[in-house]
This record gives sequence, structure tokens and C-alpha cells, in this order.
Amino acid sequence: MSSKQIQGLMIGFYIFLFFLYLFAPLIMMGMAAFNDVEFPQVVPWEGFTTRWFPELFEDALMIEGFVNSIWIGLGVVFVSVPIGLAAAIMMTQVYERFRTLYYTVVVSPVLMPGVILGISTLVFWDRLGTFADAEYESFYYSGMFLTIVGQSTFISAYTMLIFLARLQRFDRTQEEAALDLGATHVQVFWKILMPFLRPAIFSAMGLAFLTSFENYNTTVFTIQAESTLTTVLAGKVRMGTKPDLAALAVLIIAVTLVGAIAMEVARRREMAKAEAAREEAKRAEEAADMALAGAPAQ
Amino acid sequence: MSADVELDHLTIRFGDFTAVSDANLKIEEGEFFSFLGPSGCGKTTILRAVSGFLEPTEGEVRIGGKNMRGIGPNKRPTALIFQNLALFPLMSVADNIAFGLEVRGVSKYERRKRADQLLELTALEGQGDKMVSELSGGQKQRVAIARALAVEPAVLLLDEPLSALDLKLRQHMRTELRAIQQRVGITFIYITHDQGEALTMSDRIAVMSQGVIQQVGNGTDVYENSQTAFVASFVGENNPFSGRIVRADGDFAVVETSFGPLRGRNLRGMSEGDPAMLFVRPESLTFANGAGGGENVIESTVVNGEFEGSFFSVFLRGEGDKPIVMSMTNSGSLPEFRPGEPGRLTFKPERALVLPRGEVAHE
Amino acid sequence: MSEFLSLFLPVFLAALLAILLAPVAQRHAAGFWGVVGRIRFVQRNGIVISTYLIVAVIAWVVFMIVLPQVYMLDFSFRNNLFPAEIGGPKDVYTLSNYEYLLFGRPGDEEMFNWLHLTVFLRTIIASIFVTLLNFAICYPIAYYMGQVAKGGYGRMMILALILPFWVNEILRAFAFRILFGTSGVINAVLLTLGLTDQPIDFLRADVALYAGLSYAYILLMVFPLYNAIESLDHNQVEAARDLGSPWWRIHWRVVMPHAKPGIASGCTLVFMLAAGALAAPQILGGPSSLWFTQIIYDWFNTGGNWPQGSAYAIVLLLACLVFVLTVMRVFKVSLGEIAK
Repeated sequence: MSSKQIQGLMIGFYIFLFFLYLFAPLIMMGMAAFNDVEFPQVVPWEGFTTRWFPELFEDALMIEGFVNSIWIGLGVVFVSVPIGLAAAIMMTQVYERFRTLYYTVVVSPVLMPGVILGISTLVFWDRLGTFADAEYESFYYSGMFLTIVGQSTFISAYTMLIFLARLQRFDRTQEEAALDLGATHVQVFWKILMPFLRPAIFSAMGLAFLTSFENYNTTVFTIQAESTLTTVLAGKVRMGTKPDLAALAVLIIAVTLVGAIAMEVARRREMAKAEAAREEAKRAEEAADMALAGAPAQ
Repeated sequence: MSADVELDHLTIRFGDFTAVSDANLKIEEGEFFSFLGPSGCGKTTILRAVSGFLEPTEGEVRIGGKNMRGIGPNKRPTALIFQNLALFPLMSVADNIAFGLEVRGVSKYERRKRADQLLELTALEGQGDKMVSELSGGQKQRVAIARALAVEPAVLLLDEPLSALDLKLRQHMRTELRAIQQRVGITFIYITHDQGEALTMSDRIAVMSQGVIQQVGNGTDVYENSQTAFVASFVGENNPFSGRIVRADGDFAVVETSFGPLRGRNLRGMSEGDPAMLFVRPESLTFANGAGGGENVIESTVVNGEFEGSFFSVFLRGEGDKPIVMSMTNSGSLPEFRPGEPGRLTFKPERALVLPRGEVAHE
Repeated sequence: MSEFLSLFLPVFLAALLAILLAPVAQRHAAGFWGVVGRIRFVQRNGIVISTYLIVAVIAWVVFMIVLPQVYMLDFSFRNNLFPAEIGGPKDVYTLSNYEYLLFGRPGDEEMFNWLHLTVFLRTIIASIFVTLLNFAICYPIAYYMGQVAKGGYGRMMILALILPFWVNEILRAFAFRILFGTSGVINAVLLTLGLTDQPIDFLRADVALYAGLSYAYILLMVFPLYNAIESLDHNQVEAARDLGSPWWRIHWRVVMPHAKPGIASGCTLVFMLAAGALAAPQILGGPSSLWFTQIIYDWFNTGGNWPQGSAYAIVLLLACLVFVLTVMRVFKVSLGEIAK
């Protein structure tokens, strides 16, 4: 075999190893979910079973954590999407000189370790609560509230980036045209800008929710006495658990796959629609040309 | 219901740069008025000032006699047709047209009715439910016009709307725009760098250069009776000859140039000794027969000739490598020249203009 | 600091209220609102939208980004007090929390707090190791995707890469436990193949942790690398090969210099995430591989000493900052390029 062929084989082998490394844990999880053993493992294999799936739904701790995670996720979407949008719009209007500084400041939460965000949020609101002489039950100390705030701190940066990307392609003359036709600024915002940003809004909402749902480092500090799905999972993993955890992993993978396929299908449909519109325009153009050619010259 | 537009000592500056300098004019109600000039002459700036996207640095913009200072673009009785049209891509044609009514709270039924009327006016019947991306260039133009007309503006502003279209379509749209304006009867303010457009469509034209309005008048005024060297050279083709006035009597003046004495109309009432330029248009030049000498004779050499269909252009070179253009209408028999042959040109004094020496438009 | 804040808050709320009532007031007023109306920003956006923009951004930047950090810094210099004692005589600024990290308790025999210091140093060094390991693993893949794989095949690879990361990091770490545990899959394979006669305790040897950490951040290293490498004109590689350059030199002198921003970006991200990781060390760490973040977590959880925890957190933050600046200096890239 030539050296080129050997090289090719080596590269192929490496890629195979790499993807094996990448998918091995998932395959393990998948298998552990169906192993009829009290503890999550793949060997020894005691037999195939699906009983962990219904057991998963009976786990009160996990259900509670799951529900909290949903609420927090929704809260984060509600906070970080409007903030991200505002920050993106500001970015396009800020003076050139300040732009890098502004950008550095708003992107910094992304670069900071999540534990730092969690700690700083916790400490800050705790102090605020003390000085407002707030009761123990008030929102200053609430795990849910603090988690929403702490997560939104860096998730807003993500949503901002999504909106920024979409805004770059926005034709500002549309805003001017709308104003010129008599719209108020608020009308321009809702009728012109928002419809344009719709795909970005959905992406941002999706990203915000998913990022919030699976967050651990920040949440573990802000959630305090309450729980989210990730903190419950972490607790179980350290203390000992049944394979229903693996069942959860399988479910997540399945949902993700379905979601990814659905998105791809939607994407293909959008492209097809745009293509059809282009064809229509071409035909109209040709029809117009022919009409003109037939008409008497100016 | 239309309105007049007045620019009163209008000056617009951006930092150190003066975009518009002391513009004064009045555009009458129902007029088709054009601002003509090369890129960067300030015509777009004036348009944006009238529509409300810019505030004047000095001076006033008045519409219908009312000072527009501090009034935003959404509150002015103007509608602007953008150069890139700025149609709303996510709305259908009918929704685009009815947008101005929608934001005013007009009912859906009323909106649809009005949109249908305008679709008919702009020859777009049946296209109402299409999306903007499905239309041809000319159709998009007409949607933009319909959309602007829907809000019944007192003044319609058009920012070089035809520059993106191809030649045949442009010519067709010129006629259409003029027809629409006459039918609707509102004031049109049109800006363009194409003097053919300005001449064919407008009631009056303002020729601008570098922020200054050089001349305001109708087609004949700016073409035959240009007031400045810039106007004479920008509007249509022209041959300038520099020199000094040696004699000024009554309506005419004689300019001493490197080609000898040339006589033309002294529109500006210039006097002896003034530095001047004489302008004579290509169609006013003819070949001289007979002996040389005398007034209004230009000695030159033929460079080449071009057949342009309805007329014939001859390019010559005068002394000092000066390019001269003359044109003759196609009367059936084509003249014969060979490059290098001498060409003696002459013209009637009534067909030439003597103007103060000044900035000449570049090609 | 806190007194200032308790004064500021009501003022801020009052201003907020005023701004929200502005549209009502504007109809009747000229004066102040006339001036506000003339500010170019307000002209461009209208009063309602301007208010929304300013409030949202200030709420975020000031109340969620800047103030909490400032607060945490302030807190790290304070004593650990009961709520009743706040504002009292014991509420002074002190360096004791930082001293603790270095010197331990005043009564200790050892001069330095070796336990915590070693943990800190080990965390940093291990993070650097993980970063390098991660880089070594990801670079070939990124290169393959960026320069060799064409079109659809490359896109498929990207998709395949993203898929595993949809699973929660906790579950992923747990999966590694299954793989590497004493009764785990790898040990089972090794035993059956007869390569060892006793199960190897991967967890104790930290192998599991390093493998797990490298795994977790593969995406974050591959993508910046991929983007940087993809932008390299393949002709340069061809030219180098043409001139007889061996493959390792091609990478060293042609590909890597071009990919510098991507390398800096990837390494910075991975280091900071590894140093700040909490889940993986908690799940995969053996008794000897305590992670610095775990100590911080303990201060907040069982230790009940928030100022101390804050001080440790600040130290971690500083370490990350130093790393970023060093990388920026060494690789000669600017912050903007990394942040992309």
C-alpha cells in the first residue's frame, strides 16, 4: 500500500475513533436504560426491560425538578428575549467609539464561569433584600426568581447575538417608508420590525429555553433550597440512582432527534417557497419585457 | 388636494460639509418639478429635508404655507418614493398599498376598496394578493407609487425612481408617471441625474451643482436659455469656448477665443472685458462652405463620425486638442468624411450663448 | 456601598415611573419633554420605544452584569456576619477572606493553607492539560472538516457533532461513570480480553475526569477551529505540499498561524469552562481530584460562609482573566476576535 493510502486509512481510523468517543457515552446510556438491573450499568447485562420508563414518571423529585425547570425556562424566555432585542437594537445605534466597549460589556457574561454568575446574583439580591428589610418569603430570596435572573444574565447575550445577526440584514429604508406613510414609531416597531424578526424571535426563544433548561453551574447557586431537573439529576448521580436516569437520557435524545428532523423539514419548505416566488418574479419580468417590445417606441 | 412647497434660504450642513447652500424657490401646487444634477449635488438632501428625515441647519421648509420645522416625517403631508422602493417584503401587494391607511385606523373594508382603486390606477389589477417578491421591476415601481398615493399626500417626492430600470422600461415609465401625475393632480417633486427624464416629464426644473441651485425654469429655459456654464454643459450636450468679451452690443456679444471671434446671445448682460464662455450645441453647428475668415468660424480636424440612428454625430478636434461635437439629423443621405480631413464649422449667432466663465459639468 | 444602593433604588424607580408616564405628559407639555423629544435617539425611535430600549439595557447591564460583580467583590472583603450584625461594629472591610486562602486559620500549624492552595493550582494545571488534550483531539477533526471534507459530507459531520451535546451535561458525565467505573464497560472489556486481571480504578486515577472534561467541551473547540481553518485557501496547503514540505510542517507553518484566532478562541473557552466546571468534578472526580469550584460550592452550601466563598470566586475569576490576557498576548489576538 502506498503511503498516501496508509495516510488515508489512518485518518479514517482516527475519525472513526473520534466519533466512537463522541457517541460511546450516549450508546452506553441508551443501553443502560433497558438493562434490568437496579443500578445503571451495561455489564453485566441482566435482561431487556422497559420498566424504567414508567418508573421515571413516578419519581416525585424529578417531576418537581422538571416542572420548576419548565417555569424557570419560561421566565428566562420572558426576560432574556426582550432584553436581547433591546440590546441588539441599541448596538446598531450606539456611537462607533462606544461600540467595542458596549459589546465587551454585554458579551462578558458569556465568557464568565457560570458559578461566578450564580454567586454574584445570589449575593447581590441577598444584600438588596436585607436592605429593603424584606421578609424571608419575598422574591429577593426566592430560588426561582434568582435562577431566572442569574440565567438571563448570560442568556440575554445569546439572544442579543441572534437578533444582531438578523438585524444586520434589515433594510432600514423600510422603517423610513413606514414612517413616511404616517406610522407612529410604535406601529413601525410592531408592523415592520417584529414581522421581520419573527424567525429570530423563535430561534431566540428556543435557544433561551433550552439553554436555561440544561443549565447547572449558575443554577446550583441561585436555586438554593429549591430544585431544577439538573440539580435533581446531579444529586441523584452522586448519591446513587436507578436506571430511570438513563431512561431520561434516551427520551431527551429521542425528542432532540425529532426536533432536529422537524426543523430540517421546515427549513426545506421555506427554501422551496422562496424559490417559487423567484420563479414567479422571473416570469412576470419576462411578460413585461415582451409587452414593452410590442408597444410603440416612446 | 395638493400643496405648494417653499424653500426659504434653506441651508443644510453636516459638520464642515455644506450639502445645500441657501436654496430659495417655490414649487407651485400641482406642478411636476424636478431637481436635476450629478450625484452629490444636494438634491437628495433637499428631498429628505422636505419629507422630514432631515432638519434644516438654517432656513425653512414650508408646505402649503406652513413651516415644517420640528414636524416628523410621519406627520407631514408628503409621501416619499425611495430609490430602492422600500416595499414591505412580508406583506402582499394590496397590504403594501393599504399600509398608510392601516396605520391611520381605516377599516379593512375601506382599505381593500381603496387598494383596488389604486391597483386599477397603476395598471396592476389582479395583482393584489401577490407577494412583492413575485413581481417584475416595473410592477414593483407601480406598487410603490400606489402605496404613496393611498395616503393622499399633498406632495409626492420621488428619489430617482427609474434609475434601476432598463432603457425601454424607463421610457415607458416616464410617460406613465407623467400621466398619473396629471390625472391625480398633486405636486410631484422628482429628483434625477438624467436630464432626458427631467426635460420630458417636468413642468419646471431646478439644476443643481454642489449644493447650489444654478437655475430654475422649464425645459426651454434651461436648455436654450441656460443661465450658467454648468447648466449649459450639464443639460444636453454643448461645446464650450473660453475667452474674453471684446464687444457687447445689445442682445449679442463677441468673445475672443483661440478660434477667433465668436458671437452669441448675451443673455446675462455681460460687458466688455469680462471673462466668458461661448456655448454652441452640436445641432447648431454646420459645415461652412466658401472661404475662411470672419466671425463664427471654427477650424478643426475630423476625428470620426458615429451613426446614431436618427442623427449623425461627428467628433472633431480643434486647436490645442480641444474636442468638438457636432450633430446632423439623418435626412436620408449620409455625409462622407474621412478622419484627418479638415472640417470648418460655423453657426448662427442666435444659436449660441455667451455666459460667465465657470464650472463646466464633467462627463 | 449598600447604603448608596438603598437610596438609589427608589430614585431609579421614580425615574422609571416618570419615563413611563411621559407619553401622557407629552401631549400637554412643551418644556422638558420638548427637549427630550429633540434628542436624536428619541427622534429616531419614538419615546415609547426609546424608554423600552433604555430601561431594558440598563436593567441588564447595570443590575444583572455590573452591580452583582461589584457587589460580589465588595462582599469578599467583608466578614461573615449574621443579619443582625450588619451595619454594626463588626461590619468592616477586611482582607481576612483572602488571607484564609493563603494562610489558613490563624491557629494552624502549617504556615500556608496547603490544602486549598494545592487544589487551586491543581485545578488550573489540570484545566490547562484538559485544554491541550482537547485541542489535540479536535484539531485533526476540525482540519478534516474545514479543508478535506466537501459540502454535504462536511455538513453531516457538523450535525453529527452537535447531536451528543443536546443531552444534559449531567447525564453525559454520568454516562462516563458508566463507561469508566470499576464495574463499567471499559473495565469489562479489558477483563474479558485478558488485558488486566483486576479492574482499573479509572476514577481514582483521574482518567475519567479528564476524558469527561475534554469530551464536554469538544464542540467549543471544534467550531472556532473549524471556522478559522475553513477560511484558509486550500491552495496554500497545496503549494506547501508541492514545495516538498512534510505534513507536520504544513500544519505548523501554514495552517495553524492562519487559524490563530480560532485556536485562541477555542483554548480560552475550554480553559475557562474547565476551570469553572462543577458537575463533572462532582460526578467523575475521585477523592484526590478536588476541584476549586467544589470548595467554593462548599463554602456556600455547608460552610455557610458566603464572603469566604465570594473571595474564592474572585480568585477563580482573576485566574481566568490572567489566562485570557496571556493567551491574547502570546497569540497576539484581540478580545474582539476571541469573542466571536
